Amino acid sequence: MPLLTLSHVYKAFGDPADPLHALQDISFQVRRGEFVCVVGPSGSGKSTLLRLIAGLLQPTSGVIALDGEPITRPNPRIGIVFQNSNLMPWRTVLDNVALPLELRGVARSRRREIAREYIALVALDGFEEHYPHQLSGGMQQRAAIARTLAQNPELLLLDEPFGALDALTREYLNQELLRIWRLKEMTVIMVTHAINEAVWLSDRTLTLSQRPGVLKADIPITLPRPRTEALLTDPDYLALVRTVRSHIDRPVIHKSTL
Amino acid sequence: MRLARAALGAASAALFLFLWDALVRWQDYPTFILPSPADVAERFLVTLADGSLWRHASITLTEISGGLLLGVIVATLLGYLLAKSPLLDQLVSPYIVALQSFPVVALAPLLVIWIHNALFRTIIIAALVLFFPVLVTTIVGLRSVEPELAAVMRSLQATRWQTFIKLEVPFALPVFLGTLKIGATLAVIGAVIGEFVGSDRGLGFLINLAQGMLDTPLLFVALFTLVFIALGLYGLVSLLEYRLLAWKRAE
Ligand SMILES: Nc1ncnc2c1ncn2[C@@H]1O[C@H](COP(=O)(O)OP(=O)(O)OP(=O)(O)O)[C@@H](O)[C@H]1O
Ligand SMILES: [Mg+2]
Repeated sequence: MPLLTLSHVYKAFGDPADPLHALQDISFQVRRGEFVCVVGPSGSGKSTLLRLIAGLLQPTSGVIALDGEPITRPNPRIGIVFQNSNLMPWRTVLDNVALPLELRGVARSRRREIAREYIALVALDGFEEHYPHQLSGGMQQRAAIARTLAQNPELLLLDEPFGALDALTREYLNQELLRIWRLKEMTVIMVTHAINEAVWLSDRTLTLSQRPGVLKADIPITLPRPRTEALLTDPDYLALVRTVRSHIDRPVIHKSTL
Repeated sequence: MRLARAALGAASAALFLFLWDALVRWQDYPTFILPSPADVAERFLVTLADGSLWRHASITLTEISGGLLLGVIVATLLGYLLAKSPLLDQLVSPYIVALQSFPVVALAPLLVIWIHNALFRTIIIAALVLFFPVLVTTIVGLRSVEPELAAVMRSLQATRWQTFIKLEVPFALPVFLGTLKIGATLAVIGAVIGEFVGSDRGLGFLINLAQGMLDTPLLFVALFTLVFIALGLYGLVSLLEYRLLAWKRAE
């Protein structure tokens, strides 16, 4: 049985008489251990899709199920890393990462011990006592990932976690992400708008079209692992990038939104 | 650095006393118009020695603390309910807006008729004076809680209580402490008003009494004591702020 199943998921926002169709008829499955990327232009409903899977939003119609059980609210087995790091500015890195354990009532010394492990895993050791505003953007995102990992989820949802960072830092963090994914044997769904990043990371790339967000393509990425920098010039890789690109609409910029 | 600031403070106080003294000498004011610093100091020592200053000050301090506690607790509780319940907000907010522009001080004579216990009445008046500013900032503070941080708490299956303690309280704390500073000074004003309209004890009463007897040095003693109480409360909240918001200073 697949870990996650979406069947005919439809999500509308706002006035039911004049709804904004954010997502329409989305159906796909994710197997345990898969690394799936979702790409699409801005406003295609990528964040909405992740929030639905995380149980933070409810579909207007259709079903999202984890191991066959419909998701009706946030589930401890599913962890989400948001588009902004969303760290609490008054908590140190250590206390931010320990938050999921704190909410579960894990004793202070034990949860700090566990938090330190995850901080080391995202290579932030030495910054435990820093506050978020003392960290760079990439470090904040790593702290946010450590916080979600501390929840020990089976399914990790990532919403453009490195979207605001420079290309070199992104490449480095993507490598780190693959390392952690293998180590923790998790299932990952990652949203991005960078096509090459999606191909380089994933086992499968899904593309969404712009408003209403409809699933346009489900492209298996048949590249060998481990993925390395050498792959970036590989003809197979480049062909897949072209394939994914051909399945993405050029963003339609409406005059009214400018 | 801290020493330099303390020295500067002392210097400015000394200058103030010097100018005051010089003014009295130069214009040769009678004591009942403007007493010299020495007159006030002497009166201060006398009232301190016979225990009357402490007796009145302790009453006023009780009223201020009581009013502050009552006003802040009721205002934050109501503020929380209003910030969380749109229905209640729609029902109650028009009255709050109307009352906010209402001079609460004008209610004091009415309360003299309704409440006979002077201490209790003054506590109510002090609480009323600071109630609306605290209420409004509590609502603003809680409403401004970052929805994205609330989403983090929800994704971690936080309970209502956990979200309150670990997100809403720390988020609203800076605004709340700022209001508490204003509230503390307002409580002093409220307590004095309460004593003015009907009390036979407290620093407000002492001011009234001194004025009636043209005992201007005593009036100054009472005034300065009130200023010290207000400054002390302000300093106490500042200290609390310094301790609780330490994370903001981290470089
Ligand atoms: N809570 C909401 N209420 C109303 N409309 C919403 C809400 N959340 C999202 N939308 C709308 O749904 C559509 C999809 O938004 P979403 O944030 O999922 O897009 P996205 O693909 O993540 O875009 P980006 O790449 O810019 O992050 C947008 O048109 C947005 O305005
Ligand atoms: Mg988004």
